[in-house]
Amino acid sequence: MEILVCVKRVPDTAENEIEINSEGNDIERDDLVYSVNEWDNYAVEEAIQIVDKVGGSVTVVTVGDDESEEVLRREMAMGAENGLLLSDDAFEASDGKGIATILAGAVKKGNYDLILTGAQADDGAAEVGGMLAAIMDYPYASLVNTIEVQDGKLKIGREVEGGNQDMYEIEMPCVLSIQTGINEPRYVGIRGIRKVASVEIPKQGASDLGLDPSSVGEAGKKVNRVDYFVPEMGEGAEMLEGSTEEIIEKLIDYLKAKGGLK
Amino acid sequence: MADVFAYIEHNQGVADDSALELLTAAKKIFPDAAVTAIVMGSGGDLDTVCNEMAASYNAVWKVDNAAFSFPDAEAARKALLNILPGDCVLLLSHAHLGMDLSPGLSIKMDSAYISDIVDVEGLEGSTLKVIRQEFTGQVSTHVHADISNGAVINVRPGVFQPDESKAGGGEIVDKSGDIGDVSVKRKYLETVQAEAGEVDITKSEVLVSVGRGIEEEDNIEMVFDLAEAMGADVSCSRPIVDAKWLEKARQVGTSGQTVKPKVYLALGISGSFQHLGGLKGNPFVVAVNKNPKAPIFQVADVGIEADILEFVPELTEKIKELG
Ligand SMILES: Cc1cc2nc3c(=O)[nH]c(=O)nc-3n(C[C@H](O)[C@H](O)[C@H](O)COP(=O)(O)OP(=O)(O)OC[C@H]3O[C@@H](n4cnc5c(N)ncnc54)[C@H](O)[C@@H]3O)c2cc1C
Ligand SMILES: Nc1ncnc2c1ncn2[C@@H]1O[C@H](COP(=O)(O)O)[C@@H](O)[C@H]1O
Repeated sequence: MEILVCVKRVPDTAENEIEINSEGNDIERDDLVYSVNEWDNYAVEEAIQIVDKVGGSVTVVTVGDDESEEVLRREMAMGAENGLLLSDDAFEASDGKGIATILAGAVKKGNYDLILTGAQADDGAAEVGGMLAAIMDYPYASLVNTIEVQDGKLKIGREVEGGNQDMYEIEMPCVLSIQTGINEPRYVGIRGIRKVASVEIPKQGASDLGLDPSSVGEAGKKVNRVDYFVPEMGEGAEMLEGSTEEIIEKLIDYLKAKGGLK
Repeated sequence: MADVFAYIEHNQGVADDSALELLTAAKKIFPDAAVTAIVMGSGGDLDTVCNEMAASYNAVWKVDNAAFSFPDAEAARKALLNILPGDCVLLLSHAHLGMDLSPGLSIKMDSAYISDIVDVEGLEGSTLKVIRQEFTGQVSTHVHADISNGAVINVRPGVFQPDESKAGGGEIVDKSGDIGDVSVKRKYLETVQAEAGEVDITKSEVLVSVGRGIEEEDNIEMVFDLAEAMGADVSCSRPIVDAKWLEKARQVGTSGQTVKPKVYLALGISGSFQHLGGLKGNPFVVAVNKNPKAPIFQVADVGIEADILEFVPELTEKIKELG
């Protein structure tokens, strides 16, 4: 099975506090530690496990700049065979539809049976997978948390409210967005990264993909993030201050009063 | 002005909480619009929901088809494409069904998709101005969307007050004959219910809830020690279950359990809307987090800026001394 996995380079929220820059037009990007979007690691792991079982190969693709190459290499160190960097000035500032249009360009150039995305990324939009499927006219399922290969089809589970799971049969080629917890993504050590450090990663732009530059990037977008801001804080919590001992004393008083201690 | 629609989710004859929240959101965008509810389903329950919605919405479009005996986004997308006017605005809830249905629908309708909005600033010409959040609520953004060709808008559940005015009095229009072919390449098989766990946190009065801030599996033990000293049960956020450190039945949130404790102690939990969506009944919330800007402090009653790995053992010690 030929599997394409879409991955995005995002600021690592476990490593950084996200702050807004002085102009308010972006987050403060100096000193940010970046990593692969959490959901995408699960998608790559799932793709590798499928190929281990039924054969084929895994390609990881990202839309980004030269720095995004590092996330492709990381996923290749996990076991993805090929990487593909989609990069062009015309792609800059794309909205979700623009990203999906660019990825669809790569899908059309390939011969993939299955395309995986993460359920959502740092902007929390959860849109690219469903848009890509619609552009390709492929069936789609979001929030997938099990995949079982059957002949010519997949049996999948979608996570829904309350942790219940809706089971479906889906035809290929299809697009699935992957939910966290579907597997346990393998650990990638420095040695693994070193092994793929010199592998050639092809880079493709609008003309390679046969894309009209005005359909993507700034020119093609309908949805525009104009700034970042921190909302007027409501009253918020009463913050307990003082030494740890004083804080604990106050907290215990609260817990007693509210029935939090038995 | 564009025609405005809301997609109503329902289950066994009962409309989802989002049904009347979408009406509030729609009126915030178009204060004078007539808003039409779309109710898709199959059989008897459907009329109950349609009648209920007719009291609040200006019109109700009913779609009765066996394909919708189960809420299937792939089939719904095809049906909607056949009945909706091209440049309309459709609102849905940003939950499991809306995430499955909306992005693809916007492509097929060639309209703007605006995901997970938390507020509406207004409409200027054909530019819709809304507010979203990024990085699990750590920052907000103003988003401007060109809706001249219509829009599909997913609305965050629980942030708009439900419109209880019952000022609709709408007519129910049967659109079942207009949906066309709804056969799809994805076939629903069954729903597997979540497994019950060793504790039922939905019944707990006091919950000590642990999130990714606990850092390592071995540290979970200190949370159980605290819970034992307090006479509480242990619950958690999703990443703890994903890492298989605790069982799924302990997860609080939209894809986990809905809990109604008296007291909720959130340790190293950032406060994403999917987590908070499982916290009902207005409990007394205490949050301990090392980041003073964590969104959880906006919803907590009492906040403590501290490293839980140091704070929790000390608190446990003190509570034991009381005992
Ligand atoms: C469809 C869908 C459904 C979902 N359903 C759920 C759900 O049901 N339940 C759920 O919980 N999530 C759910 N999520 C995931 C959700 O979006 C968040 O990713 C998740 O809630 C984050 O969990 P967290 O707060 O533990 O982790 P994080 O967001 O990583 O936050 C960790 C927090 O710990 C703090 N911290 C770190 N170290 C320490 C320390 N030593 N001491 C004190 N504080 C520390 C950090 O400052 C941070 O605020 C869902 C997501 C999707 C897309
Ligand atoms: N720039 C990008 N390059 C490749 N894939 C992306 C990109 N942006 C988003 N995706 C994919 O789309 C998924 C959902 O992201 P989003 O729709 O932005 O929330 C991610 O998990 C990725 O799989």
